[in-house]
Amino acid sequence: MAKEINDIILKDGIQYAEDHEWAQQTGETFKIGITDYAQDQLGDIVFVELPEVDTEFSKGDEFGTVESTKAVSELYMPMGGRIVAVNERLADEPELVNNSPYDDGWMIEIATDDTGDFDALMGKDAYLDMLKGL
Amino acid sequence: MTERAGTTGLILNEPLLWEKSKTGRCGMSIPESDVPEAPLDAAFAGDGPDFPDLSEVDVVRHFTRLSQWNFGVDTGMYPLGSCTMKYNPKINEKTSALPGFAGAHPMLPPDLAQGTLRIMYELEQLLCEITGMDATTTQPAAGSHGELTAMLLFYAYHQKKGEKRTKILIPDTAHGTNPASAALCGYEAVPVASGEDGILSVEAVEALMDEDTAGIMVTNPNTLGLFENNIREVAEIVHRKGGLVYGDGANMNAVMGVVKMGEIGIDAIHLNLHKTFSTPHGGGGPGAGPVCVKAHLEPFLPVPRAVKNGDTYALRYDQPDSIGRVHAFYGNFGILIRAYTYIMSMGRHLKTASQHAVLSANYIKERLKDVLHLPFDRPCMHECVFTDKHQEPNKITTLDMAKRLMDYGFHPPTIYFPLVVHGAIMIEPTETEPKENLDQFIDAFRAIAGEAAETPDLLRESPTIPKVRRLDEATAARKPCLCG
Amino acid sequence: MRYLPHTNEDVAEMLQVVGAANLDDLFSSIPEDCRFKGELDLPPAMTEWEVGDHMTDLAGRMASPPEYRVFVGAGSYRHFIPSSVPYLLSRSEVSTAYTPYQPEISQGTLQAIFEYQTLTARLLGMEVANASMYDGASALAEALLMAIRIARGKKTAVAVSKLIHPHYRQVVRTYFEPIGYEIVELPYLPDGSTDLSGLDNIEGLAAVALQSPNFFGCIEDVQAASDKAHDLKALSVASFTEPMAYGMFKSPGSQGADIACGEGQSMGIPQSFGGPGLGMFASRNKYVRNMPGRLIGQTTDRDGQRGFVLTLATREQHIRRERATSNICSNQGLCATMSTMYMASLGGTGLRALSRLNRDKAEYLKSALNKAGFQTPFTRPGFNEFVVAFPKGFEATYKKLVDRKIVAGIPLECHYPELADHYLLCATETHSKADMDALVKEVTS
Repeated sequence: MAKEINDIILKDGIQYAEDHEWAQQTGETFKIGITDYAQDQLGDIVFVELPEVDTEFSKGDEFGTVESTKAVSELYMPMGGRIVAVNERLADEPELVNNSPYDDGWMIEIATDDTGDFDALMGKDAYLDMLKGL
Repeated sequence: MTERAGTTGLILNEPLLWEKSKTGRCGMSIPESDVPEAPLDAAFAGDGPDFPDLSEVDVVRHFTRLSQWNFGVDTGMYPLGSCTMKYNPKINEKTSALPGFAGAHPMLPPDLAQGTLRIMYELEQLLCEITGMDATTTQPAAGSHGELTAMLLFYAYHQKKGEKRTKILIPDTAHGTNPASAALCGYEAVPVASGEDGILSVEAVEALMDEDTAGIMVTNPNTLGLFENNIREVAEIVHRKGGLVYGDGANMNAVMGVVKMGEIGIDAIHLNLHKTFSTPHGGGGPGAGPVCVKAHLEPFLPVPRAVKNGDTYALRYDQPDSIGRVHAFYGNFGILIRAYTYIMSMGRHLKTASQHAVLSANYIKERLKDVLHLPFDRPCMHECVFTDKHQEPNKITTLDMAKRLMDYGFHPPTIYFPLVVHGAIMIEPTETEPKENLDQFIDAFRAIAGEAAETPDLLRESPTIPKVRRLDEATAARKPCLCG
Repeated sequence: MRYLPHTNEDVAEMLQVVGAANLDDLFSSIPEDCRFKGELDLPPAMTEWEVGDHMTDLAGRMASPPEYRVFVGAGSYRHFIPSSVPYLLSRSEVSTAYTPYQPEISQGTLQAIFEYQTLTARLLGMEVANASMYDGASALAEALLMAIRIARGKKTAVAVSKLIHPHYRQVVRTYFEPIGYEIVELPYLPDGSTDLSGLDNIEGLAAVALQSPNFFGCIEDVQAASDKAHDLKALSVASFTEPMAYGMFKSPGSQGADIACGEGQSMGIPQSFGGPGLGMFASRNKYVRNMPGRLIGQTTDRDGQRGFVLTLATREQHIRRERATSNICSNQGLCATMSTMYMASLGGTGLRALSRLNRDKAEYLKSALNKAGFQTPFTRPGFNEFVVAFPKGFEATYKKLVDRKIVAGIPLECHYPELADHYLLCATETHSKADMDALVKEVTS
């Protein structure tokens, strides 16, 4: 059974997208993953398909897919940028997305000069309000 | 309440085949050679595969034990929605296994294959009569193979007219095979939302249908178990724009002798012989998915076609607009023999079969709708769709109830399909289930609904009776072990 | 009707619960103008005995063994099937179940198919096999589509040997027609093997497909094709119609094939006028997520017991819909189970012996025909079938042989116009020396 809204873990200091991805600034680059809400809705994650390094994406582009045993969901860029790294650990340990969605379960790292997309994302409280409205 | 069907019994463990192998054993007679040994250049020789060596008794025990871990239609009620798990008559098995058929080579000259060619020809005629269509191909090996064949026909039809259409309309209640089959033909699947009442609306189709669209794929009755009332108007809109209407006949068991698809605007329809026409599902196949079409699509049907000249039957290859072959030979012929036998055994009782199938589904719907949430409360066809909404407050899901049904001795219904209904429970009892079993199933489901409120852990821990308990599907997919 | 258990009384009670006046009333939600008012024009229902007699009569109009001696292979092979196999297959717990969506009560099907996947992978020398495709032809079409998928659509041409079964090539053409992927047919050499020399000139080559033993019964150099394909960054696809050959010849996997796909009918399945057979499909582990069809995997239950489930289902149409790796849903499950029973009965020792026997029989017939003065033009080693060049006008002799209840192969001219009067003949363990001697005697008399 899915978690109650109040049990969803939301982290400070990161930005949230409507499609339940998050982005976090780490120095020059940004890390991107999916929220605790998203992983909980998907259930046991069994495979994460990620893009090749150096691919360029715009905000809203599909950058990969995440599979549970019974569903497959597209992953969308919460902001535009160029892939500088992907989380290689997910190939063998996709469960990291379930167990540690904001840390070990990150998916891609991107570089961009334009932080406008990032700034336009939701903060923790706005995202929580959105979840309550679902 | 009557005695529960599900009980425990002696279940024997059985290892994997290679875990019981002993080199040098053999489970079949190898004929003595009556010819000299032919030499072979060592450069071509291989070692042969690492197959387990077993005696005949090893093999027989192995598969007998495995069979006892299974549940089939012959075991008990199997109300798997959308799959029409009706009884599989035993005479069909006998006729398809007759040595003349079982030993028939597919490339025999036609005058040496009059029996099979006649069956092919007559079965095509019978299916045309049942569907109200003009011509049939029996080549497709399964339902989705039939869908693909129909899409290939649509493509060839438009191409012949010098048109290249790129899209196809598919209602959101469709089987996943529909968009996948269309995609194989390069068509972009355009989803059409079904209306509030679960029915395709004329307006929704009108808004999307255009001259780049090859046609529409409609399952009728649809996957909610409802008849598409607007089908004539929908077909008219599609035809007006030069498109074609495909009928997914997966649910034909509801309307044999009641609706002729050829009379309500359908241009092509596939039938699942393993559903409506009683051939066994085989643990996943083989099925057969003949496609019946109206005359304007006949020139495009796969070759060869079975034809009758006077009193003899032949194969015709000369059909320049044909899409070609979709099967190496003539489809799953052994399945065609079974379906032919069934139709010859049933005759006009086919209509009674549909009537009873619909009666049984409505009976279950009426008797369960006070304990299970019924999203569309109107007369259904051969299946009814409930949800787990009433059990949600107790944190009991459709999956939990399905698993608990096993402990009561029933195969669960189809669950979580159609996707447009959250937590769907899709029940298709078929016409071959006696009323006493329907009542027992209803009582079981009612008892489970009670348990969901009072002892929900019983459901979460279920099933407890089968060979294994709930399995770890996440690890199976994360660390696939597909080969022993 | 014996399949319809509802009595009039049952019907009346149920109608009352449903609130319908009669059976027709159940369909009142269907608009009037959609309803068929007449009666289906079908033959009157037959009793079990009548339908049994009718079918026995039709079956009697077939030129099947043992009455006829049929020397035809060409994608459908007569082999002995032990009695235990059809007997076990009649276990209706297995035959009357469907796709094992509920694993707890489907472990029989699931373990059997897991065993099928394993034995098929071993037979073909591959790492992973799926739970079956429709037949050898659609398996080849799906294999070529898979190769194009792996090339991410950047390469869309496939090279297909002319010595792949002509019907299989027709099915590939049918599948490819609307998408427009290019198919290049590779010609054959005088020795009866595929000419690979044209491969370098193909733009955007995604796959090279050969069949071994090929349609002329000759063993191909799959290793050379694989090496060439890999040099060109394409995949090597090995098609087959007669896997019995891998009991003594090199398997596709041991010769570098990336995908092996073909017809498994000869592994214990009756010929049945061409179906149902078995599409065998195997590949390398690294391509598993691009494979079409179902897969069964091993796992454990809540108590830690071994069990089996459908897995990697997200590749399939019911989840990924239009982006699925294939549209296949129902497959040939029971035929896969049947072949598992057969392969288990035969065993490694048995398969090696039987495979050799098939070759020995065909070689005997070939040399007897040679001795009788008939040419066998293709010199590469073969398995259980071969091409014979009969004298001009052999058609009349062929018909005369049919009168003697012998079917002397199939003519090749309709598929290979350059091979007029050439016939493809097959001999397996089911043909005795006496049968073959009779054939030779009749063609020479």
